[in-house]
Amino acid sequence: MSGIADSSANEPLPPRRSRSLRRPRGGGILIAAVSTIVVFAGLGYVLVNAPGWARVQESFFDAEIFADAFPEVAQAFLVNVRIFLTAEALILVVALLLAVMRSLPGPVFFPFRLMAVIYIDFFRGVPGLLVIYLLGLGIPALRLPGVTNDVLFWGLVGLVLVWSAYVAEVYRSGIDSIHPSQEAAARSLGLSRLQSLRFVVLPQAVRRVIPPLLNDFIGLQKDTALLSLLGIVEAFRRAQIAASAAFDFTPYLITALFFLVLTVPLARLTDWLVERDRRKRYAQVGAR
Amino acid sequence: MSQVAAVESTSSVTDALRIEGLHKSFGKLEVLKGIDMVVAQHEVVCLIGASGSGKSTLLRCINLLEPVDAGRITVAGQEITRRGADADRIRRGIGIVFQAFNLFPHMSVVRNVTLAPIKVLGRSRRAAEAEADELLERFGLADKRDDFPDRLSGGQQQRVAIVRALAMRPDLLLLDEITSALDPELVAEVLDVIRELAASGMTMVIATHEMGFARDIADRVCFLDGGVVAEEGPPARIFSDPQEARTRQFLDRIIRAGRL
Repeated sequence: MSGIADSSANEPLPPRRSRSLRRPRGGGILIAAVSTIVVFAGLGYVLVNAPGWARVQESFFDAEIFADAFPEVAQAFLVNVRIFLTAEALILVVALLLAVMRSLPGPVFFPFRLMAVIYIDFFRGVPGLLVIYLLGLGIPALRLPGVTNDVLFWGLVGLVLVWSAYVAEVYRSGIDSIHPSQEAAARSLGLSRLQSLRFVVLPQAVRRVIPPLLNDFIGLQKDTALLSLLGIVEAFRRAQIAASAAFDFTPYLITALFFLVLTVPLARLTDWLVERDRRKRYAQVGAR
Repeated sequence: MSQVAAVESTSSVTDALRIEGLHKSFGKLEVLKGIDMVVAQHEVVCLIGASGSGKSTLLRCINLLEPVDAGRITVAGQEITRRGADADRIRRGIGIVFQAFNLFPHMSVVRNVTLAPIKVLGRSRRAAEAEADELLERFGLADKRDDFPDRLSGGQQQRVAIVRALAMRPDLLLLDEITSALDPELVAEVLDVIRELAASGMTMVIATHEMGFARDIADRVCFLDGGVVAEEGPPARIFSDPQEARTRQFLDRIIRAGRL
């Protein structure tokens, strides 16, 4: 009886069943707090007392260099943001087309399925780095008339090609997870194959794959650093320049922080979306 | 075009549905081995038979959800199994309700009902919703209009599925074991809906295990066995005085199981 008393007051919501970060409740808070402090203090103690800590602190955590390099790395990070926002928008479309191509039934569509499979196998199998090199350095070298030599463009194309293959498989797993009886119901009402896909199968499939989709987007966001190899001055390249100028690795830390600041909220957003969808569908009665 | 239709329709102008020599196999398993069946306008035909006797397969063939291997199906004088037939167009006129409801879980009740009228028939949202509301009202579902399917009981879901099929104003309604997935206390509300539809003159082919219901509602009962219609006739005769030995055996098993 005694353990319950302090927990009930500020808990209006029913217990959550999601796999998002669960905050401990009631008496659990104290245990969680003590446990967290002990674990992190222990880890900090080991780190700070390591024999080489002084050197590491100097070359990775230099406050002055941090302050100096911060504005220019921040500026360069906007390039990363522009790249992945553009890439994500394109990938959502390209990958969906690939997934739909791969899901077309019947012998007539065999060549389309084959093309989709070859595409996905190829671009998932080849390291993204190579694709970006080949496109970014190879195509401008061809000097094709009317074709841009902009490395940023070709780097972006490389990211879209590679990540569309991954995201297409995510979409496809979603499409495959929708029971065939849903399509049967749609077709029985006179909807065409494409209408069934558009209005019945895909809306359910996409909803199911939002978490793995955003997971792939986190991977993509980090991969924008690969474009530095084409000479594009984004956050990683800018940090590299700053680091070699200062003989100190602290600028890399800034880059890492920027990527974290971006991906961690995306992970929490994923959790929130899943939770919201669950509530919308299962808590209808309470809401009205 | 119209000449062809006229020629085709002379042979069977009053039949809602005519099935001739229908064969259907899944791989090596031949499920339908030559089904012949005629359903008149406004007639209610119940299909009975053991599980696996091909009742569901027959209904799915009539709705072109399964391609047929041989034979002809004619609906309202139009052969729907001919080469190059527009299956999407044909399905508009034939409603089917499934054992597992198959409602669209991501749409509210009213969106489930109006999807096909809007997207297939090109009706305006307003007109489609007005009609949907009328149907929902008629079947006691008006207050469920904006709910999502997973908030409804099985009986309510199945009634929504029936309304969804009716919203396309079908000439022929196929019901595939529509009470088999329901708790016993929910069966009656669904069967009442079917009784009302029968009274309003809807042509229906009903696959069912509810023998009492079949006896009540059917104009004719077809007993399927071994992939053919083994016996057919008015329910009074089929249930009280079956001619075929296998019909008697089937009914005996049903009676022993307490289902008749």
